[in-house]
Amino acid sequence: MKILMTLVGLLVSIGVSTAVPARAQDARVEAAKKEGKVVWYTSLALPTAEKIAKLFEAAYPGVKVEVHRTGSQRILQRVMQEMQANLKLVDVIHTSDAGHFVLLKEKKLLMKYTPAGVDGFPAGFKDKDGYYFTLRATVNVIAYNTKLVPAAEAPKGWKDLLDPKWRGKLVTAHPGYSGVISTHVLALVQLYGWDYFKQLAQNKVMLVQSAVDPAGVVASGERQVAVDGGDYYYYQMKKKGNPIEVVYPKEGVPLVVSPTAIASFAPHPNAAKLFTDFTFTRELQQVMADSEGLYTGHPEVKYPAGKPKLSDLKLLTVDPEELEKRNEEIKSKFVEFFGA
Amino acid sequence: MSLARLQGLDRSLPVWVASALALVLLMALPIGWIASLSVGGEAGPTFAHYRRVFADPALQKALWNTIVLAFWVGLASIALGAPLAWLTARTDVPGRGLIRGLVMASFVTPPFLGAFAWVMLAGPNAGVVNKLWRGLTGADEPLFNIFSMAGLVFVVTIYTFPYVYIMIANTLALIASDLEEAAAILGAGRLTVARTVTLPMAAPALLSGFILSVLQALALFGSPAILSLPAGFHTITTQIWTFFQFPPKTEMAAAFSMPLLLATALLLLVQKRLLGRRGYAAVGGKGGQRRTIPLGIWRWPALVAVLAVMACPIFLPYAVLAKAAVSRAWAQPLTWDNLTLANFSFTFFEYSATQAAIVNTLELGVMTACVGAGLVALLAYVTSRRLVVGHQLVAFLALAPIVIPGVVLAVGLFIAYTRPPLLLYGTLWILFIAYLTKEMPVGYAQSDATFRAIPADLEDAGRILGGGRLRVLRDITAPLARSGVIAAWCFIFIGVIRELSASIILFTPSTKVMSVVIFDLKEEGQFGAIAVLGIVMLVMTFATVALVQRVLGRDFLGARE
Repeated sequence: MKILMTLVGLLVSIGVSTAVPARAQDARVEAAKKEGKVVWYTSLALPTAEKIAKLFEAAYPGVKVEVHRTGSQRILQRVMQEMQANLKLVDVIHTSDAGHFVLLKEKKLLMKYTPAGVDGFPAGFKDKDGYYFTLRATVNVIAYNTKLVPAAEAPKGWKDLLDPKWRGKLVTAHPGYSGVISTHVLALVQLYGWDYFKQLAQNKVMLVQSAVDPAGVVASGERQVAVDGGDYYYYQMKKKGNPIEVVYPKEGVPLVVSPTAIASFAPHPNAAKLFTDFTFTRELQQVMADSEGLYTGHPEVKYPAGKPKLSDLKLLTVDPEELEKRNEEIKSKFVEFFGA
Repeated sequence: MSLARLQGLDRSLPVWVASALALVLLMALPIGWIASLSVGGEAGPTFAHYRRVFADPALQKALWNTIVLAFWVGLASIALGAPLAWLTARTDVPGRGLIRGLVMASFVTPPFLGAFAWVMLAGPNAGVVNKLWRGLTGADEPLFNIFSMAGLVFVVTIYTFPYVYIMIANTLALIASDLEEAAAILGAGRLTVARTVTLPMAAPALLSGFILSVLQALALFGSPAILSLPAGFHTITTQIWTFFQFPPKTEMAAAFSMPLLLATALLLLVQKRLLGRRGYAAVGGKGGQRRTIPLGIWRWPALVAVLAVMACPIFLPYAVLAKAAVSRAWAQPLTWDNLTLANFSFTFFEYSATQAAIVNTLELGVMTACVGAGLVALLAYVTSRRLVVGHQLVAFLALAPIVIPGVVLAVGLFIAYTRPPLLLYGTLWILFIAYLTKEMPVGYAQSDATFRAIPADLEDAGRILGGGRLRVLRDITAPLARSGVIAAWCFIFIGVIRELSASIILFTPSTKVMSVVIFDLKEEGQFGAIAVLGIVMLVMTFATVALVQRVLGRDFLGARE
């Protein structure tokens, strides 16, 4: 908590958004304060999301952040369900399924807004039309419980997981819930075809929902090895002293870019812009890299020593359009093989 | 029509008609929407959705899983509930009050919380019970894998059997022993008495308990979502819920839920046929003596056995929840290093959804219980006294929602109330209507039993002496029914607090309730926060129960000393 407050102090003293002229910024802050809050649908791990919200609230007293954390697919369901009922509730939408933003843009549900400070972001982190930008990124990895699996016996690559010796000892998260996982599934289908998952399912894999959950399942020892999941949460769990080790398969790790966008109908547009800008500041992007173990598109962010650099990893990328198009297929094939 | 008749009867008529109409609206709207959606096509009515649903092997499996689940839960609930009820109602087993308290505790424990706790207890590898088992026996295999059909049946049963218990215990307490004694005097042995007198008297309660348990298991969403999905199988409710994921397939969900509706209608019809012809006003205006059966040397062993059984729904889950709430890592031993208050500070001060959810839950609970208890009392009175034409239909409609899985009810309501004239989605009102509808059957069953146990001859006496129906209702029926109505209030309140399956579709960010928050946390695997919120929910529930017991002066299950 103390560290958090120091950080907040630091952020405030640095001046949060140096890219925006001071007077314009003041007017925006006033407008945001008048709106009072920003409603944020996010698929970030809950503690991470709440931490960012608290940092924002400390930097801009008078503007609350309403965090609604759930899986990427649930967020999309929620947004569409609310649209159907003509309810305008959400300001900022953030999921880990880049395909969602293709769909939302097409349906004219996104506001065209370029956050301050994203100029230096790599091309894969930006929508060419300027509707959504990648707030953070993670890669899917294998993780195992170090108390139950000796390092020598741990799986090294994706196909090692097909070995029958892992039968009943694996856990996977669900593409019908998590955008991290839908991206992961598509990436590996592109690499190996659906046959990979058909075979993987033979190993009686335990199904959980969120890409965050396998970390807990492996840490508790309920299963020995996680076959997917965002590396950032494993990093956090490991840092807390859980017996977890992460494997970055050499065949490549699926890169998950998680875009954020403001809803075209946002009820608190000024607060939404202020918040979005805040999340793209170097300081906040650095927080995500430091304490949360996330990757970002920000060129000046430094990464903790314990994590491989994104440039050192072989990345498997997917095209958001492709992800959008094959959304149904990913979910239904996965269910067909894994049962639920 | 003479003036006297008008005064005596018709003055009360509008009340009955209005409440019956309200009910029709409440029930018919969502059911109507579901029915019309299930056959709705772009080119007029079609059975295409039904064909698609029932030709799909995966959905057939979900259907079968649900049948298996419901059947075993029904049987197991009888096996568990009936002996317990008999022990507390008829024997001199020590700690009868304690046992009743424990049954009540498992009745009010939200089943999804129990399921969640049992994940920590009997997860095949990290589960406390299984670790202990391996440690003791050196076995490789777990003692019990909670992520299985058997595990699901087990968890659902330990929180469903109180329905059977309540039915049987109340009936046994109402059957005066003089009938049994008469049989005994005529030379019947104990078994013969049990078979020819007690059992037939208790049969309606047994059957009702069975049917109620089956229906409960059919409609349950949280426990299957927590236990069957990790194991890779669906039940109808979880399957229907996935139909609503984007892009929604509402019409298939509707088609998939119609058989449930029909099956339950059939079950209720069977129950009526079996029981309908006999009168069961077992209490008269006169008191009957109930003889206690001495257990002898089996008194204490019986108590120990009961406590061992009650460890499953109560002691073990509560202990593991408490442990998870104060641990950094729930699966590790509770050492100083592992001890923390961080889960509490996170849940209450950092997690922004908590406080609003608690307020919403309480508001909805009180509101629904007050309106609901009043409504079911009226309805039960109307139907048990056959005051309106079509009272069978009213009774059916009051019970019908029990077959609509909350998820499906939610969709019916979602469609009905996201368009003019009633735009309720996004407000607490849509949840209120969902809860009212959903808790109606249990409240109605409770009230119906209350009014059936109050013999009509007392009212008739009042009417003969010149009292109008409303006056008789106020002076004779209401005082007798008071505790029954409070019990109905309690049932509804507790049902609302833990309602998950409808809420999960109908909530919006500003109308989140506790169960939804817990389910969200479950999907992310935030065990510590779930445990904390679960404890808050239990505290709220038990505070209500304690309050009501004070008011009533006895336990609210209605079991009498």
